[in-house]
Amino acid sequence: MTREEIIRPENKVHARPKLLLDKNMHYCPGCSHGVVHKIVAEVIDEMGLEHDAIGIAPVGCAVFAYNYLDIDWIEAAHGRAPALATAASRLNPSKLVFTYQGDGDLAAIGTAETIHACTRGENIVIILINNGIYGMTGGQMSPCTLEGAKTATTPYGRRHDLNGFPLKVSNIVSLLDGTCYVTRQAVHTAAAARKAKNAIKKAFTNAMQKKGTSFVEIVGTCSSGWKLTPEKSNKWMEENMIPFYPLGDIKDTTKES
Amino acid sequence: MSKIHGAVTIDSERCKGCDLCVVACPCDVLSLQPKEVNDRGYHFAFPANEQACIGCAACAVVCPDACIEVYRVVVK
Repeated sequence: MTREEIIRPENKVHARPKLLLDKNMHYCPGCSHGVVHKIVAEVIDEMGLEHDAIGIAPVGCAVFAYNYLDIDWIEAAHGRAPALATAASRLNPSKLVFTYQGDGDLAAIGTAETIHACTRGENIVIILINNGIYGMTGGQMSPCTLEGAKTATTPYGRRHDLNGFPLKVSNIVSLLDGTCYVTRQAVHTAAAARKAKNAIKKAFTNAMQKKGTSFVEIVGTCSSGWKLTPEKSNKWMEENMIPFYPLGDIKDTTKES
Repeated sequence: MSKIHGAVTIDSERCKGCDLCVVACPCDVLSLQPKEVNDRGYHFAFPANEQACIGCAACAVVCPDACIEVYRVVVK
């Protein structure tokens, strides 16, 4: 078969999501944010929620998320996305409210907001992109940086006696009674990205069914911050991040009911 | 036996040459342009060995910039 015979509208099996605007993303080549944006766009489109979704954009690399996804967005102050999501979901109970945050935003400056939104059991979804670094500001150490990892502020590697131990946010929020679904996923391979899509879909469904807070952590890469190529970043993540942040569901109370 | 024919189209201006699709492809269809660059200076991906494509969409799923579209025909 020739290329022209194959490339026809009826044979299309994977298209660019409708909800992604026709803009070039500012992310570095190979950034996990792009994949997660695409997944969020696909899930909202498949659930038919483009008129009912309210995203809360963070401060960090994903600060311009509102430029790329064709849904309603609110830009939160640094770390305050779960607090803003609480307000948005209480004022608009019929809407799907989700936050999209990085680990510097959620686990450092926004720890209080995150934990209290989860313990109140707000009907929101929190998406955490955990790449263990402050990517936007130049690769400083974040609470989720692994021990021994070299960053701009830990040039000899993170030391637990000096900088403390890495924070496993998902495990912390899974202990809170307000959360109904806590999972950790990755998007480094096609199989992992498909699993992450199912997890985000489940989390959005939980929020629409008012089951409580869903928390989806996605272990991501930061090629620029880690100073590796995108391919080597994925390998480094598999070898170092995933053993410390194991993938899979941590908590799921929606199964029993 | 049925045979699967696939094809990909790549938005070369949107591509940032991150190489993730090349790594994800199970049939070694894609590669990066060795010399040519797009308007933004990236060595964009292209289907170098397009006969081998099976339309599995692994490249499109991992593409961070959503610049790959996949077509598939199953011939019985």
